[in-house]
Amino acid sequence: MSYEDWFRQDRLPHIYCAGCGNGTIINCTLAAVDEMGWKKEETIFVSGIGCSSRAPGYILTDSLHTTHGRALAFATGVKMANPDLHVVVFTGDGDLAAIGGNHFIHACRRNIDLTVVCMNNQIYGMTGGQGSPTTPKGCLSSTTPYGCTEIPFDLCELATAAGANYVSRWTSYHVKELEKAVKVGLETPGFSFIEALVQCPTAFGRRNKFRQVTDHVEYLKVHSLLKAKRDRMLEAGEKIPEDMYVVGELTKRSRPAMGVKP
Amino acid sequence: MTSRLEFWQGNTACAEGALAAGCNFFGGYPITPSTEVAEHMAAKLPKKGGVFIQMEDEIASMASIIGASWTGARAMTATSGPGFSLMMENIGFAAMTETPCVVVNVQRGGPSTGQPTMSAQGDMMQVRFGSHGDYAIIALCPASVQEMYELTAKAFNLADKYRVPVFLMADETVGHMREKILVPDKVERVDRKPLAADALPFKADADLIPGFGQFGTGHHVHVTGLTHDERGYPATTNPKLHADLVKRLVDKIENARYDMADYDIINPDAHKVFVAYGGPVRTVQQVMHDRKDKDIGFLRIRTVWPFPEKALAAFKNAQAFFVPELNLGQMAREIERHVKVPVVSIPKLGGELHTPAELIAALEAKR
Amino acid sequence: MRNEIRFSGFGGQGIILSAVILGRAAVMYDNKFAVQTQVYGPEARGGASMSQVVIDDAEILYPKVANPDIYVIMSQEGFEKYGVGAPESAVMLVDSSLVHSRPKCRCIGIPATQEAKQTLKKDIVANIVMLGALVAATHIVSEESLKKAILDSVPKGTEDLNLKAMQLGLQLGKQP
Repeated sequence: MSYEDWFRQDRLPHIYCAGCGNGTIINCTLAAVDEMGWKKEETIFVSGIGCSSRAPGYILTDSLHTTHGRALAFATGVKMANPDLHVVVFTGDGDLAAIGGNHFIHACRRNIDLTVVCMNNQIYGMTGGQGSPTTPKGCLSSTTPYGCTEIPFDLCELATAAGANYVSRWTSYHVKELEKAVKVGLETPGFSFIEALVQCPTAFGRRNKFRQVTDHVEYLKVHSLLKAKRDRMLEAGEKIPEDMYVVGELTKRSRPAMGVKP
Repeated sequence: MTSRLEFWQGNTACAEGALAAGCNFFGGYPITPSTEVAEHMAAKLPKKGGVFIQMEDEIASMASIIGASWTGARAMTATSGPGFSLMMENIGFAAMTETPCVVVNVQRGGPSTGQPTMSAQGDMMQVRFGSHGDYAIIALCPASVQEMYELTAKAFNLADKYRVPVFLMADETVGHMREKILVPDKVERVDRKPLAADALPFKADADLIPGFGQFGTGHHVHVTGLTHDERGYPATTNPKLHADLVKRLVDKIENARYDMADYDIINPDAHKVFVAYGGPVRTVQQVMHDRKDKDIGFLRIRTVWPFPEKALAAFKNAQAFFVPELNLGQMAREIERHVKVPVVSIPKLGGELHTPAELIAALEAKR
Repeated sequence: MRNEIRFSGFGGQGIILSAVILGRAAVMYDNKFAVQTQVYGPEARGGASMSQVVIDDAEILYPKVANPDIYVIMSQEGFEKYGVGAPESAVMLVDSSLVHSRPKCRCIGIPATQEAKQTLKKDIVANIVMLGALVAATHIVSEESLKKAILDSVPKGTEDLNLKAMQLGLQLGKQP
């Protein structure tokens, strides 16, 4: 099998814009799920609201497309009621970190056995480009027309601080690394959080001087700082530039977890 | 059938009724005056192989029981006013996705934080209409510790049969009082109709209810709160499809109202008729007992939604209906829609039951 | 025959437990009907706690206490808030170690807290002393039923202490 066998062919074409990064992340996730050898009838995809959250609707498994921000609370119910099921959550930055922020930290604290893939496009794409909790300072959106003045969340730091067993960050450029990270997340008992920075040409790139899709992907690539390199820089007492995204496996540990298959 | 005698609090009886019905998942958040339900489930469920989880808020509680229900669990939560308000969006989700689940609301004085330790029935319209859009639900009102047990167990059967959230709309009076209860050895169980192998997951049968495609059983069901077609796929801009779906969600409950209706008609020839549900039933019963007057009728309702309006017509000689409620006349307004004679609302706020004298005074004031 | 019993004291004395035990004795062991209710605010300790029991041979319809005929009062604040209005026809047991006022009605002073402290070295069981005295004075439930209901309700390991407290109350409450 390949990741393509996991799609509902009768639901295509999808709603994503040309150049959207979400497809890349979905493919990487499904490739990792496929490598696990899981059966479709024992794998559940759960999501909230937003572009990323439409993903489960295209996947040929049981799936739960829920209310805005609440995917993790629904997924907690699914997983705790039947730990034999593999539960994967697709979410976005607005869904997870704004309206769903409280569920995010409590799911991490419980360290419940879910794998959460967050497509962070740093904007509300589906509603047309409003600022989100991860919109970088100075960036333009329809609700930050003079540049975002709030300080964004570092979702991975948040997940680590709240107790997740596995945390990693990559971008839509790093497909091989991302696929591998999702697989490690799926293999790790407890809460696994994989943040994937993605381009959103329609709502973010257009307003923020990324004329071409590749401009934004290139930006993500050159602003990625490998964790190993970051650690060396810190050791050498060097300053980490503020506009860099630390990528790689950021946390891997084995705190006691909930909902693990017996 | 044999039974055993207990002296239980209403909230304990509610939890025990749920356990007897096979409830195996409880997701909740502490709130007065419903907390004893959660505490009892926390103590009992793990020993029975079930799951108790204290969620981070009532939004998450409601979400968790919906998720659990899709794995086949008999899932429940319990709350009160402020928590009930927080649950509203996901209650709409449960209605739209036809997810069986049971929500207990031990009503307290509102609005807002109001009177946490006092009794009220102020959420009777919220339970019917509180989430956005058109939908229908089932709501039951217990008036004794015995009914806290029986109606909770029944709520699971109705939820599974009609694939709808079912509400036990208790009040602090009934939730917190302790009294005699006869606990039956076992309770009747009606399970969900399973989805046939080749059937579409949201294509209804003649009863307007689709078979349930339990997660993990190979049906590959997509469940979404978006307007969806019979396959479960989003179809949000098709006007007819949306209208047909919402109409069916309402009709499957409203058309079945007399299959599930549960009420008592006392003295049908009377000219003056009380209508009550929940705690105030007890005061009306006292008045009926003290007066022994055949000219005072009583319609005592347990299934408040869908409202069994035909029951009112049983009182052919009724010249007025008297409706004592621990709110400003929420169900009195519903009753007014269905009768041609005057409806006298007897509202009471503040957290205490009407006294028998107050009801008699209201009865006598209407000449 | 309907009896309405009102218990009041301060939070932490076991006022609500007393009412639950009495109701339990009536329902489980005396083949009667009983309803126990309570009034409570946000305080878990202190304040004036109040709980009431209706006991009847027939099914209880209206569950609330309207006109108590028996009062058990264990604090001065409880007396002022929930006992002072007792009608002349009522009977009131007061913990005479803690309540200095007396009602218009027949009043039986029981030094429950003092006796529990001196005789049993545990003032925590003063409420059980009061229950024993209540049953001795009013026979609202049988002694045997009260004993069983106490054993059902108290923590494991405290059974002997509580039964001693009940016996002490039965002695103190005996009316000439």
